[in-house]
This record gives sequence, structure tokens and C-alpha cells, in this order.
Amino acid sequence: MTDALVPRIPLGTWIEAFVTWVRTTFKPLFDVVKDVLGAVYDGLDTVLATPPFWVVAILLAVLALLAKGWKLALGSLVGFVVIAGVDQWGAAMDTLALVLVASCIALAVAVPLGVWAARDDRVSRAVRPVLDLMQTMPAFVYLIPVVLIFLTGPVPGIIATIVFALPPGVRFTELGIRQVDAEVVEAGQAFGATPARILRQVQLPLAMPTIMAGVNQVIMLSLSMVVMAGLVGAGGLGQQVLGALGRIDIALGFEAGLSVVVLAMYLDRVTSALADRAPVARALAAARS
Amino acid sequence: MTAPSTTAPAAGATTGAAAGGPTPGTAEAAPRPALSVRDVYKVFGPRPEEAVRRLRDGATRDEIKHLGTAAVIGATFDVAPGEIFVVMGLSGSGKSTLIRMLNGLWKPTAGEVLLHGADLATADAKHMRELRRRNVSMVFQHFALLPHRTVLDNAAYPLEIQGVPKAERREKARTALELVGLGGWEDSLPSQLSGGMRQRVGLARALAADTDVLLMDEAFSALDPLIRREMQEQLLELQQTLGKTIVFITHDLNEAMYLGDRIAVMRDGRTVQIGTAEQILSDPANDYVAQFVADVDRTRVLTASSVMVRPAAVVPGTGGPRQASRTMRDAQVSAAYVVDRQRRLQGHVRDEDAVAALRDGKETLDGLVRDDLTAVSPDTPLAEIFAPAAESPLPVPVTDAEGRLVGVVPRVTLLTAMVPPEQHADDGAAPAPAEGGAR
Ligand SMILES: Nc1ncnc2c1ncn2[C@@H]1O[C@H](COP(=O)(O)OP(=O)(O)OP(=O)(O)O)[C@@H](O)[C@H]1O
Ligand SMILES: [Mg+2]
Repeated sequence: MTDALVPRIPLGTWIEAFVTWVRTTFKPLFDVVKDVLGAVYDGLDTVLATPPFWVVAILLAVLALLAKGWKLALGSLVGFVVIAGVDQWGAAMDTLALVLVASCIALAVAVPLGVWAARDDRVSRAVRPVLDLMQTMPAFVYLIPVVLIFLTGPVPGIIATIVFALPPGVRFTELGIRQVDAEVVEAGQAFGATPARILRQVQLPLAMPTIMAGVNQVIMLSLSMVVMAGLVGAGGLGQQVLGALGRIDIALGFEAGLSVVVLAMYLDRVTSALADRAPVARALAAARS
Repeated sequence: MTAPSTTAPAAGATTGAAAGGPTPGTAEAAPRPALSVRDVYKVFGPRPEEAVRRLRDGATRDEIKHLGTAAVIGATFDVAPGEIFVVMGLSGSGKSTLIRMLNGLWKPTAGEVLLHGADLATADAKHMRELRRRNVSMVFQHFALLPHRTVLDNAAYPLEIQGVPKAERREKARTALELVGLGGWEDSLPSQLSGGMRQRVGLARALAADTDVLLMDEAFSALDPLIRREMQEQLLELQQTLGKTIVFITHDLNEAMYLGDRIAVMRDGRTVQIGTAEQILSDPANDYVAQFVADVDRTRVLTASSVMVRPAAVVPGTGGPRQASRTMRDAQVSAAYVVDRQRRLQGHVRDEDAVAALRDGKETLDGLVRDDLTAVSPDTPLAEIFAPAAESPLPVPVTDAEGRLVGVVPRVTLLTAMVPPEQHADDGAAPAPAEGGAR
């Protein structure tokens, strides 16, 4: 019994009032965000889901071929055939579109933020607890206000995914930039390079392997949010899994789950391969051969 | 026996300027220093300013440890245009910290650094970049190459920053790479090179920048001895032909002595002595420096001018056998140097020849003067005097550019000079002859 000692703090009520205030005050802004995100998602989803399955599958396999090699391409193709075979292709493409849109936005925010945090300790100190909060707060908690603001559909799914997937993008970028050999940065300074040039020609290229690891993490985390996105009506594989859960449909659950795994492996291998193609990573590989 | 002289003869002096003074050869003009370091401190740690205050009040480095690490303590020196200024000291003595303050990479905690008269502390970012592009480049201790760029593009990097068009900068970078012996490696990546080769890429990069001041932080440390010597010679040549001002950091004493017009010895952040190689060798400021220089190859550093003494017996070629034999008898030697009116060395005359001529009633030294002496110049390192000394019947004569006898190097002086000073301190401080020739 705590009622005698500690009075009830109406924290929840405050937050609720705050969310309501935000919702009403920034409604025009949220509407724009919703429209834009919705349009981008719809566009990408149309591109991925409208053509016949084999066209998209082959294009994705070619991408794997360019990034890594024929083995990955072949493996991807087999995986895609399995997805299509279990009749999850359309849902998989919905999910892929959502993951790509969310990852791109998360990275567009995370990388500059990481660069800024690496250059300024105060920013770094301010950003870190926020990132911790974003990563550890149960997704359900921020799902509620997100749904309140954006209602249901892919957009709240994208927003929730961004919130969850963004932190490693910032962390890896900051880490990568801070890890760049101080003497090489000094070399740039010593010959009179501007900070922008040093960022472009020294820090970003040298940090690229680490930043790419962050990109990989962001994409993987985005994918791990599919079920959560399904919950707010984003459609895709998440919805399939939830449906299977609701009907205790083991077969459907397994098929949708397997499709998620195939997508995850494809995205992971391709982004890792891209990371290995960064100039610095290539230079190091050249030294070893 | 006279103590080794540190006074160079009037003509042909290459070393011997007073510590802190301008470079030899520019003594009269006293131009504005290329670099001026005024009471500079650098303290890393929580309370640097307070540490500096305490240090100025005489606290030791250990006493202010809780306030921070004092990497450089009260450094003061000038580097004249065209001078090679060497900074020497053990690991952790603050050399790299010092050199980083010379181009403003690190700000001093206290004190000021002037580059061509411009105070680096007050220069804004733009001015600083200008200075770095035009005036001062740097070779880094750990090379600091861009791993994702080819050797050629690394060497061209400063020119790229300077805005030099691609074709031109690649041409210049190629030349610089040739200079350091890396022709043919242009398209390799740094990671494909050995440590010594990478270091030379860093060297080429700094040379390509073509600035008048070069800061070199242990720039030759990774090179094998042969290439190292070659690079040292090239650096000297570069400095002589292009008049570069060079601040060179090294662990290697012989390198310091070979390259340095002046040398600063650092210990635990303090500069304990600044002087020419010969000053530091023959007159170390304290036991630390003495120990430091104990194992240097002195024969390569000390030159004839620093050890030569006044010849015991010199006779004019116009004098007769009587004067020659009396001079030799007074000096208790068995041979005398013969010089002409301009004191140019003619050869030597032996006592038995002079006495025989006297007995025969000859009035001149005609036919008695032997010219089998090998003379050396005042700048000849001792190492190169051993051979003539072994063959010479007399102390090796030292002559200036006009062939005038300015001093002689007896074999015993040569041998004594190889021993560090504290081990023959009992030599006494016999005054050194200001001029080499006796009348
Ligand atoms: N960024 C830094 N932060 C804290 N302390 C530093 C820093 N840089 C150097 N120091 C300290 O300053 C002192 C001098 O270091 P410095 O690198 O100048 O020595 P050095 O003479 O160049 O040594 P070496 O010959 O090993 O290169 C050392 O005690 C070092 O620990
Ligand atoms: Mg160092």
C-alpha cells in the first residue's frame, strides 16, 4: 500500500493531455507528413507489387549479383520462389516497401545526426539518452500516440519503425567518425583543408565500413518491426503473422515467418556486400590479398 | 696539450653560432625568424591553466600531475629561415606535442607561436588554412596517409587542397615521389607498401606541398639505414638549394647531429639545451645531455675546426735554414710547416735537412721543402682525418679555401676528441687559439 506515503502522481494524465495538445496543435504538419509518407510508400509498393513476381524477383537477384556475386543471386532467387510458392509474395513486397521507406528516412536523419554528435560532445551527450529511450521503450507505448495522430495504415507503421530503427544509425555513424585515426584528420588540417572537405574526403570514407554496419542494423531492426507494424494496420507479412496468431493457423504463421526470414537474409547479405565495397574496405582487402 | 677548440676560424664557418642566435651565414642580417616560439606550455588534463601557473612558479612536472600532464613546459626558441632545427628527446618528452603547436594543430595552453611573424593563436580559421597551404607542411610520425587513395593521390593531396588542377598536381606529385625513390609505385595503395615506403609517401606529400617551412616528426624513423642516409642527404640538399626551413624531430642522435644546424634536447617537456651539434657534444648543459650524447659517433659530428690546434712550428718560405732550425728547437719538434707570405701552406721542412743546409752554409730553404702533406678543410669530419693522420709525418694541417694554414690536428687530439668530455675533464680549460696560424 503506497497511498499513504506517496500521493498518486497523475503522470499518465499529463502525458495524455500533452499528446492531445500536440495532436491538435500540429495537425496540419502531421497531415502533410501522413500524405507524403503515404504517397512514397504507395509509390514504392506499386513498383514492387504490381509487376509479375518473376520480374521483381529477377531484378532483386540481379542486384544481389552486382553487390556480391552469383551465389547470393541464386540463393536469393530460390528464397523468392519459396515466398511466391507459399503465396506470400504480395505481402512480402508490402513489407519490403515499408522497410525500405522507413530505413531510408531513419538513415537520412541518423547519419547527419551521428556526424554532428561525433563533432560536438554536447550534442553527443544530449542525444545519447534519447536514443536509449527510443530503443528500450516498449514499442507498444509509442504506438498508442502514433496511432492517435496518424490513425491506422502503413504510415503509423513506418513512423513506429523509424523510431525503433534509428538509434543504431546514429550510434554507428558517431562511433565510425570518432574512430577515424586522429592523425589522418590532422593531416587534412595540416595541409589546410576545410572542415567540410575533411568530412567528405577523410572522415566519411574512413568511417564508411562502420556506418555501413549501422545501415545494416537499421534495416534489420526495421524488419524486426513488421509484426508491430501489422498491428497498426500496415499490412504486409506482419498482418499475415497476426492473422495466423488470431486463428492459431500454424501453417500460415510458419509460411509468413519464413518469408520474413528470407527477406531479412536477402537485405542483410546485400547491405553487408555493399559495406565491403566501400573504398576503405576494398583498400584493406587489397592489402590482405 | 690544448683542449679541443669550439671556436671556428673566421673564414668558412658553418657552425658555431651562439645558442638561440640566428643561423650561421645570416648572422649580420638577423632576418625575421621563420618560426618563433615564446614561452610555450601545453598541459593536457582537467586544469591546464592552473598547472601552467604552478609550473611558472617553479613546480616540477610531477608536482602538478593531479592538474594534468605537462607535455611541453616553457619552450622558447627561434628558427631562422633556411635553418634545420632538430628536436631530440626520449619517448614522451613532448616532441610531437611541440611540433603540433608549430602549425596550430594544437593550441598552446600558454605562450605564443609566430609563423613568419603571424601569431597562430589569433589567426582565424581562414587565415590559418592559408598559412598551412602556403607556408607550412608536415610529415607525421605515423604517416597519416589516406588508405583509400593511391600513393599518387596521397602525394597530390596538399595540392588538391590548394586547388591546383589535376594534371599539374599529379605531375608535381610524381616528381616528389621520384625524389623519395618511389617512382613506379604511384598506383599502389598505401596498405600495399612497407612501413618505410609509406613513410616516404608522407615525405613526398609534404614535399609536393612545396611550402617554405617543413615540420618533420620522426620522418625517417621507419627507413632502413641506407635509404635513411640517402634521405638525409637529400634533405640537406633540398634545404641548401631551396632554402627550406625545417623542424626535424628524431630519436636518433647521429641523425640529429648530421642534419641539425641547431639541436634542442627535450626532457620531460622541458628543453634542456639548445645549441649546435658541436656545442652539445663538447659542452653539454647537464649530465642528462652528456649521457644522451655519450654514444654518438663523435667522429662524424666533430669537424677539424673544432679540434684543431695552433701548429707548434711554422716558418716562412722566405726565411733561411737558421730561422727554421731555431724555431724547431724552441718548439722542441723535428719538423716545421712552411708557408708563403699569404700564409698559404707550402709543405714542411725537417730538422735534419735544415741543420745540414745550415752546415753547408745555405741561405734559403730552396730544395728542402717537402710537399707530401695532405691538408684537410675546417669542415672535414674527424672520421675523414684518420687516414691522412696515419700517413702524415706531422699533425694533419688544416687549410681554408685559399690554402692558408689555419690549424693542425695532432693524432692524439684526434683520439681524445672521440671520448666524451666528462671523461677527460682534467684536460683543463686551456684557452683555444682564436686563429690557427702562428707567426
Ligand atoms: N592528446 C593527449 N592527451 C593527453 N596526453 C597527451 C596527449 N598527447 C600527448 N600526451 C602526453 O604528452 C606527453 C608527450 O607526448 P608526445 O607525443 O609529445 O611525446 P614524444 O616526444 O613525441 O614521444 P615519442 O617519441 O614517443 O613520439 C606524453 O606524456 C603523452 O602521454
Ligand atoms: Mg612523437
